Amino acid sequence: MPDIVDRSVHDGRLALKVVDLNAWYGESHVLHGMSFDIREGEVVTLLGRNGAGKSTTMRSIMGMLPTRKGSIIFNGKEMISMPSHHIAREGIGYVPEERGIFSSLNVQENLELPPVLKKGGLSTQEVYVLFPALLERRNSQGTKLSGGEQQMLAIARILRTGVKFLLLDEPTEGLAPVIVQQIGGIIHTLKERGYTILLVEQNFRFASTVADRHYVVEDGKIVDRIMNADIASSTEKLRGYLGV
Amino acid sequence: MLDVLNISMPMLFGQLTLGLINGAFYALLSLGLAVIFGLLNVVNFVHGTQYMLGALFAWMLLHYLGIPYWGALLLAPVGVGLVGAVIEVTLLRRLYSVDHLYGMLLTFGLVLIIEGFFRWLYGASGMPYSNPLPGGTNLGFMFAPNYRLWVVVFSVAVCFGVWYLIERTKLGSYLRAAIERPDLVQAFGINVPRMITLTYAFGAALAGLAGVLAAPIYQVNPLMGSNLIIVVFAVVVIGGMGSIMGAIVTGFGLGIIEGLTKMIYSEASNTIIFVIMAIVLLIKPAGLFGSQK
Repeated sequence: MPDIVDRSVHDGRLALKVVDLNAWYGESHVLHGMSFDIREGEVVTLLGRNGAGKSTTMRSIMGMLPTRKGSIIFNGKEMISMPSHHIAREGIGYVPEERGIFSSLNVQENLELPPVLKKGGLSTQEVYVLFPALLERRNSQGTKLSGGEQQMLAIARILRTGVKFLLLDEPTEGLAPVIVQQIGGIIHTLKERGYTILLVEQNFRFASTVADRHYVVEDGKIVDRIMNADIASSTEKLRGYLGV
Repeated sequence: MLDVLNISMPMLFGQLTLGLINGAFYALLSLGLAVIFGLLNVVNFVHGTQYMLGALFAWMLLHYLGIPYWGALLLAPVGVGLVGAVIEVTLLRRLYSVDHLYGMLLTFGLVLIIEGFFRWLYGASGMPYSNPLPGGTNLGFMFAPNYRLWVVVFSVAVCFGVWYLIERTKLGSYLRAAIERPDLVQAFGINVPRMITLTYAFGAALAGLAGVLAAPIYQVNPLMGSNLIIVVFAVVVIGGMGSIMGAIVTGFGLGIIEGLTKMIYSEASNTIIFVIMAIVLLIKPAGLFGSQK
């Protein structure tokens, strides 16, 4: 396998380095030695079929799985045995699959729930300028929003916290093409502003419009890496991996 | 209509006041139970014992340290809250990943140990606690004992304070969110394990507060919690677990219904709440204010 880092357009600092990550849900062993890394300013995707272990990888990084082994180094700090809230405070923002909007909180409460962790986050006012639809509905129950609005809210509330490293778990899942385009636009804007993003996707067409490079996940480990520049020539291979 | 039932106005208002007072205890206790169950997934059987501890601590503060009622009103709930925090950190914390049943068994065991200990220490006959607000006030339509008026007014204020705290403040939004998705709230950087400890301590302290309020009305007795807690569980089932306002309204409502039953057909007053519970379970299994999950 060619050394991907040398070919990377980014020579930024290593932001996250995951080495031989193993994780378990109770008795079942779900991650079998995941290894990958992201440099500052990159957008990197984990591609793979349902159940391949992409979301579990994100949950493991966030410390949300009880049993995990291996190494997760963020900004030079080992996080494998940290509790979840300490991991977040190191500066990682998490947008979970299915968005994780709270039904017992209104839109504004959802937006202001994650505490501000670093300087330089958006204020509530700035969020409302970026996402005017949320301002109109700020007193509605969070889960009364449309799927697209909920996804905007899930991303917006993380932008308030000031973290610059984001985990986005299938932000386009189940959304209409026009909304998917908007989310692509948001990811581009964030990348321009220097955010580093790890993205989970099943839709490699969408992934290829936003990411610098891709890791393919199968059975709880990385089986291939593809530079975004090479994605056109790797389409057949990817179809095979993703079963589409 | 009242004449037909042969009920005098003073008797009606007397029973209403008593019903409101019992309702206040039901509301304070079921509030704590509902919040604890929501966040910890534990049916807190020891809640009645924590109520008893509130009354007993008040009695001990007066008896051994000479600290009067008004000091105990603050200190005893704090003491019960601290005991609660220790129970959560040392025992309950180990049970969150397993079935509800284990939490119920553990807290039931705690009931037996704590009540047994104080029964051995003080006996079961009950110890009087003198009324800090003797005398009464003529309200025009009735003559009300001052202390009972105080209990009704104060507990209504506490209930709405708790409602406001949970439903309208930032702190409360953390609690509501953590009841839904504790893992996610923690992944946002909030120390959920500490929040769970504080919530359990707070629920226990509310029960302790109800105990202090009860001390001058009922005698202080190591078994006083056991008599009450079964009714409170019925109140929680009727109200449903989901809603704070539901717990308050159901608590006061059932207290009043119980009081009125005592006057109209006193033989039924001990069972009326369970009859209502059976009917509610048949018609609305999630409770009057609960949401089906």
